[in-house]
Amino acid sequence: MIEGVSIQEIMAVSVILFFIGVYGFLTRRNLISILISLDLLLNAVALNMAAINRYLHPDHFQGHFFAVFIIAVAAAEVAVAIAIIVDLYRLIRSVDVEEVDKLKY
Amino acid sequence: MERLLFYLIAASLIGFGLLTVTSRRILRAAVYLFFVLAGMAALYFLMGYNFLAAVQLVVYAGGVVVLIIFAILLTHGIDHRLRLAPAGQMLAAVALSLAGIGVSLFAIYSYDFPKTLREPEVAMSDIGRQLLDVGKEGYLLPFEVVSILLLAAMVGAIVIAKGRKNKKQAGEG
Repeated sequence: MIEGVSIQEIMAVSVILFFIGVYGFLTRRNLISILISLDLLLNAVALNMAAINRYLHPDHFQGHFFAVFIIAVAAAEVAVAIAIIVDLYRLIRSVDVEEVDKLKY
Repeated sequence: MERLLFYLIAASLIGFGLLTVTSRRILRAAVYLFFVLAGMAALYFLMGYNFLAAVQLVVYAGGVVVLIIFAILLTHGIDHRLRLAPAGQMLAAVALSLAGIGVSLFAIYSYDFPKTLREPEVAMSDIGRQLLDVGKEGYLLPFEVVSILLLAAMVGAIVIAKGRKNKKQAGEG
């Protein structure tokens, strides 16, 4: 726990970052930008888990392990997503969400 | 002192987060994302979670950001500017985000969190013992599942990114 900082303040930072990510997810029109926003979302959640673990149950590690697992799963997800994006760019020369309609019909 | 440091880090997190989602140059957005991730690692260090901070720095700030920058350089040029969403959609997104922040902050500040009594030191050996334990609070099974997931994701990423050309050549040869 951080000296003089309450759990509410850390969770407030995490909430604000989460909704910044939501804003980016809704307004961006480029697959890589959407991926960047998604990383913001996952990070905000991991921060929340770690803060709750540290402040409310300091003698356990559950929240800490969930944060580590979130980071690992996010790394796997980003690797697969970027492979798909690069392959898509080879296929249609664009990564704009409105031009990606290969699965539409 | 730690309080001041926390506010400094929080302000830079929010500032760089906003820049990440509003910058029109995608390469700059990726670099701002790096600062957000590094600030997050600093918060983990402040909380006393040194291992988590190290994982965050190595995997996220080191690996994921480099991967994203590679993807940007492979698809766009460096100078690529992003198209903006329609104004109505942007307003709706801003309203939705502000409403979400309002509701969540109200929920956080009206809930009565129990006070923390004491703060044991986080020893690396405790983390390792509990992560690889099969007992009541052991996390060996999720640990192994995540390692299988990482292996599957890496194989899948290689197969997808290898492309069609190689496959055709292999078929002909």
